[in-house]
Amino acid sequence: MAKVVEKAQQEKEALISGSEAIAVACKLADVDVITAYPIRPYDTVMQYVAKLVANGELDCEYIVAESEHSQFEIVKHASAAGARVFCGSSGVGWMYAFEALTVTPALRIPMVAMVGNRALDDPGAFGVEHNDALAVRDLGWQLVWVDNAQEALDTALIAYRVAEDRRVFLPCAIACDGAFLTHSQALTKIPPQEWVDAFLPPYNRGDLLLHPDNPITVAPQVNEDWLMELRKHNDEAMKRSKNAVIPEAYRDFERIFNRSYGNPFFEEYQTEDADIVLVGMGTLSMPVKVAIRQMRKEGKKVGFVRVRWFRPFPAEDLAETLGRFGAVGVIDRDYSFGSPHFSGVLATEVRAALYPAAKRPPVVGFICGLGGREVTVPDVRRVSEMVFKAAGGETQPFITWMGIRE
Amino acid sequence: MGRLFAVEIVYRGIFQKNLAKNISRGIALAAKHDGKVGISFGRYGDSPERNGIPAKNFAIVATDDETLQEGMAKYEPKEVDISISVDDTLCKGVESWAWYGLQPINRLLKPGGTLIVTTMHGADPIITMCHRKEFPYRLALLTSIPSFSGLWVYKDDHTDVRLLGAIAKVLPDLFSLTSVEKAIREEWHDELKVKSAQKAYERISTRVVSPAEGNPEKPYEFELPKWYELREGLAIPSIPAGKAMADPTTQQTGGFRPDRNPTFKKYATRTMRPVVDFDTCVKCTLCWLQCPDSCFDVTPDAYYDANMEACCGCGVCEAVCPVTNCITMVNETAFADNASQWEMWKKDKAGYQTWLQEKIQHKPERSHGFRIRGQYEQQIGTMVKDGIVDTGTSGAGG
Repeated sequence: MAKVVEKAQQEKEALISGSEAIAVACKLADVDVITAYPIRPYDTVMQYVAKLVANGELDCEYIVAESEHSQFEIVKHASAAGARVFCGSSGVGWMYAFEALTVTPALRIPMVAMVGNRALDDPGAFGVEHNDALAVRDLGWQLVWVDNAQEALDTALIAYRVAEDRRVFLPCAIACDGAFLTHSQALTKIPPQEWVDAFLPPYNRGDLLLHPDNPITVAPQVNEDWLMELRKHNDEAMKRSKNAVIPEAYRDFERIFNRSYGNPFFEEYQTEDADIVLVGMGTLSMPVKVAIRQMRKEGKKVGFVRVRWFRPFPAEDLAETLGRFGAVGVIDRDYSFGSPHFSGVLATEVRAALYPAAKRPPVVGFICGLGGREVTVPDVRRVSEMVFKAAGGETQPFITWMGIRE
Repeated sequence: MGRLFAVEIVYRGIFQKNLAKNISRGIALAAKHDGKVGISFGRYGDSPERNGIPAKNFAIVATDDETLQEGMAKYEPKEVDISISVDDTLCKGVESWAWYGLQPINRLLKPGGTLIVTTMHGADPIITMCHRKEFPYRLALLTSIPSFSGLWVYKDDHTDVRLLGAIAKVLPDLFSLTSVEKAIREEWHDELKVKSAQKAYERISTRVVSPAEGNPEKPYEFELPKWYELREGLAIPSIPAGKAMADPTTQQTGGFRPDRNPTFKKYATRTMRPVVDFDTCVKCTLCWLQCPDSCFDVTPDAYYDANMEACCGCGVCEAVCPVTNCITMVNETAFADNASQWEMWKKDKAGYQTWLQEKIQHKPERSHGFRIRGQYEQQIGTMVKDGIVDTGTSGAGG
């Protein structure tokens, strides 16, 4: 793995969107089979990939399917036959593929997909909510949220490295907030091909390869005597991903690309001396960071933890980190109707992660920015005020819908 | 704690589905009139059923509700007081996808339990078919042509109530004949069926089968692997493509025998098997082409040999064969092994012809369930003539 890398090679800078950054990663990863079916905001990726193919920059099978279900089934089979694949969707398109999404981790297919986060219908809406990607959270999909184009590009390369590791062989979805990331162009460093080649070995499906020279039958029918043992395989693969493969991939990435992401699983922002901390995923990091800087000028020490990897979930690390603060405010860009305390998904997971921890600060939940509504700096300040109150011993509601008209 | 009873009904999928359900429901209802509680259920793994594939229904009865709970929320009981085989060919062993290889018909029987078989045969040929058991058990025979119908039709030949009468005789602790009569009146409102149950109660007799009797073959066994011993990715080795066959007389090789799953055989589905007259075969290929299970091996001399490890007994080959009496479906009980007919023919053609004529002379003596129109009516006539069932038109009966 540890090839000597020619550091003299230079990265090139380009003004590209988060979607285009993922398309560039597909090119750098030399993806073999890509399937497409349009739905906003994912469709931006398929357009950029189509352009790369048309320009002769990427040599791959590019198949426009007749639905998302077929889109994901086609790459699933291609991956079983040894192809590096890319796929993606958004909102209800992702949900239409759901049956294919369930069988993909079960068959240990290292598919990499991009979910352009979009509200689920109805009503028809295309702003960001995280419920689409979160729907697969229990099925063996690895889920990672990114918040800028550079991270989208880098994480896509890391996703291939992690998913295709024989110890893992589980699919990985990169979640990108619709509009704020998928449709917004930013200066992004594009690494030279040699670095990517040193980082990302070829996909080797080994004894699971569907090929006439390796006659196997995949996905038999089983009864109660077998299924539990087979589920355990995926449980162990997810553990290996979390405990070994993801940390290894980020270490190698830093060594080869000279760019560090710190803790692979979550970003810590101004947490060193913080009294309270906010937690969230995706592009809401932007207004949160701005608000934190404002508040720090006023002497309010607020920090931020941006969760990248939701699956596998870094429960121990995160609990230890959050235990350092007086109170925790979790901002969910999702809903989970009827869930414990009627919270968001992330808040519930954070509470579960903290339960066995030695230090358990109060967790205040917020649902914010649904349907692509902007999360504003005043929103974040109001959130922080409530979390400060909680840290001061004043009981706060388990969940507050922030930014709703009332 | 009270006493728990378990009865299994082993039957042919679809063809005997309603029959099996009637029997297991009848047991639970008769038990109710005996002051007991019971449940009736089909084995989940058999659903949805396929034509002719061995399937199971169960009746669990207890002396009280709490004891009954021991028998609930289970796929099947670990042991049974009575196994009922409603088709004698099932005595060769049963296999469904939920099981692992061919399993003995008497596998679940407790020591001293009773196997009840509906058959036109006597005890000796039935015992020969059944696998040996390490302890003695009892065998009871109910004279009957296998009662086959379908998913949407029911041949009401009284096999259901006759078996209820038989149970009252062989296991009176479960329920009395009086309780059976009450259950029949309540469920079917039919005095003639009551009479059939009474007659079966009077006629049924049992004999003890010793551990030295029966088929000595050891059933397929293996240990379920631990999770880390299983291959990842839900992948299992494929069955290889197949290879040429060898002529037992000339050692010439040629033709093609597809490799088949060595563990999961399909012949437990078979109730009749094709017998091929190679002397009249015109090698038209139709049987080989049309067989839905690809069970025909192609021999080096270009004949088509129905491989009895793979044949499900559907009778399509007989139906499509253009030569009169070239392929004849014969009752599976007439055969003791799955040997190749073509090899037998190659080694001794005159001897084979004698063997073949002996086998096909009884045609048709039963149904394989798939297609023969009018056969049920013929069979009912035979059963009435032989006094097996009573239509109620001949006076007192009994």
